[in-house]
Amino acid sequence: MNAPKIAEDAGRARESLRTMWRIRRFEEAVEELYGRGLMHGTMHLSIGQEAVPTAVCQTLRRDDYITSTHRGHGHCIAKGADPESMMAELLAKETGYCRGRGGSMHIADTATGNLGANGIVAGGVPIAAGAALSASMRGTDQVAVCFHGDGALGEGAWHEAVVLAAMWRLPVVFLCEDNHYGMSMSSRRAFGLADLSDRARGYGIPGVSVDGNDLQAVHDAAAEAVGRARAGEGPSLVVATTYRWRGHSKSDKNLYRTREEIEEWRAQDPIVRFERAVLEAGTLTATDLEQIGQEVRSELRTAVQRAHAAPDARPDDLLESVYAEVDA
Amino acid sequence: MSEMTYAEAVRSALAIAMEQDERVFLMGEDVGTYGGAFGVTGDLIHRMGAQRIRDTTISELGIVGMGVGAAMTGMRPVVEIQFSDFSAQAMDQIANQAAKIHFMLGGAVSVPLVIRAPGGSGTGAAAQHSQSLEAWFTHVPGLKVVMPATADDAKGLLLAAIDDPNPVVVLEHKLLYRTSGPVREGAERTPLGVAAVPRRGTDLTIVATGVQVSRSLEAAEQLAQEGIEATVVDPRTLKPLDEETIAAEAIATGRVLLVQEAVRTLGFMSEVAALLSEGEAFVHLKAPIRRLTGLDVPIPYAPQLERAVVPQVEDIVAAAQTLVREW
Repeated sequence: MNAPKIAEDAGRARESLRTMWRIRRFEEAVEELYGRGLMHGTMHLSIGQEAVPTAVCQTLRRDDYITSTHRGHGHCIAKGADPESMMAELLAKETGYCRGRGGSMHIADTATGNLGANGIVAGGVPIAAGAALSASMRGTDQVAVCFHGDGALGEGAWHEAVVLAAMWRLPVVFLCEDNHYGMSMSSRRAFGLADLSDRARGYGIPGVSVDGNDLQAVHDAAAEAVGRARAGEGPSLVVATTYRWRGHSKSDKNLYRTREEIEEWRAQDPIVRFERAVLEAGTLTATDLEQIGQEVRSELRTAVQRAHAAPDARPDDLLESVYAEVDA
Repeated sequence: MSEMTYAEAVRSALAIAMEQDERVFLMGEDVGTYGGAFGVTGDLIHRMGAQRIRDTTISELGIVGMGVGAAMTGMRPVVEIQFSDFSAQAMDQIANQAAKIHFMLGGAVSVPLVIRAPGGSGTGAAAQHSQSLEAWFTHVPGLKVVMPATADDAKGLLLAAIDDPNPVVVLEHKLLYRTSGPVREGAERTPLGVAAVPRRGTDLTIVATGVQVSRSLEAAEQLAQEGIEATVVDPRTLKPLDEETIAAEAIATGRVLLVQEAVRTLGFMSEVAALLSEGEAFVHLKAPIRRLTGLDVPIPYAPQLERAVVPQVEDIVAAAQTLVREW
């Protein structure tokens, strides 16, 4: 690759760190609010996986599409969603992205091409392929990126969508975040493959696996796949191998993995790794990094405060909210 | 008006919608060169091109899901499920995605998707190719559901469904595809949510859906010969339902016979019975509300068995006679 590395470019490095810290701090805030009994429901945290959405969305335009998953806060933030409106949604507020109707698993932000998180594993896969079909039929060069987990590889929806996308050479990238577990099922055990991207060959599309905790590596693989899609050369599978530090959801007791395994992966923190690369490249100083961290902290603190102060979601027009209004 | 078959009427609606709106396209199994399993799409691929009449793999979940994605991003897809029974394969995308996205995402997005699916028995295709599944779809908030019973409504309801910003399930009946009727010229819509009253009488009100509408009209002719005059109401749209017309026609005669091909338990007519029971109509009824439905069994293969499990004209006549004579 001749292009300058992200870590060597002060602006891009700063932006990457901001996004990764924004995701991390958002989810830590969510965890804390939940722990204090101030947040309802459940949530699925992606702490430890921040490099994937951050790097992938850097390769996309604002009008490109993404579909996301139940573990979708990172995708939303990386594609440009407003953390305050996200937080308001999780805090069951009228000002939340879904007016309190969706919660953590259903945040969408059409202004940034985000077609929504999804509570159904692989539910977004055909939807992303459909968005790519739409883009191609409308004659635009928009691309759709379908974020999904390793668990989605076991779903029929994934298979059906990839088959159709391959047949029609649609501009879609299937971006598998292999965080090692579909809830408790190990992806190594489930799929019997040392390299999950081998899957792609059976569908007649290119596939590649990358270190998902290496921002640059994810960026380069995604850029190539997105470029291929935009050029009309069809879909690809990119598998970004990473690790979920937290449990699947709040009910998880981590009975299926060891403390040591979690610790090993915590040592591979994608943010720390990228900060180290930036410092080694001499692009930013330790003070700069400290400052970025502080800025994000303060931004998130404000978002939480403002979301808290927003009016609660109201039940008065629930029945009228089920259907879109028919034009007169 | 011009005379055409129900299948031709569906095709005509598709062609008109595609001519009027470049966002409209059709996707499904064998809808292209083959012309559709029931010949509904016919020569459309030659008129509209393979970009807009898209042959898919055998992949109901993929087809509907891609329709959802295309609908969310500016297109107006019409997807065909070859037999409505196969919608079971696609149910996540129908019930969890298409139906809920508008509400669940806070109204930010809508899903203007039409899902066409032929249902019903009478073709000897047995239990996995013959069901009447309207209650499944009607039970999911966020879906609209229509069941055209005439060629004119097959065209008019489909055009209205394509206009609608919501997911609409259009349940066509296989036995009706080859039946003919007068069809309005041009792009006349049949509005969703408005029932039809193809016949008015004084003695009882028959509410029927799908193929049971024509069976009820035939039964009404026979009943008239013995002096029983029946009103026949065809809801046409099951969701949203024209409750007012049904209630008004029930009140007008005081006797109600509800006829559906689908199985009895928790069928669509159970809902109609409940609505009439809890509404103003109740105090005007002279007789208990009577349901005439398919038996609670899978559709069997043998013709005599298949016929025995769904209401036929003679069953409607007999049920109407009992209702009028005993009450």
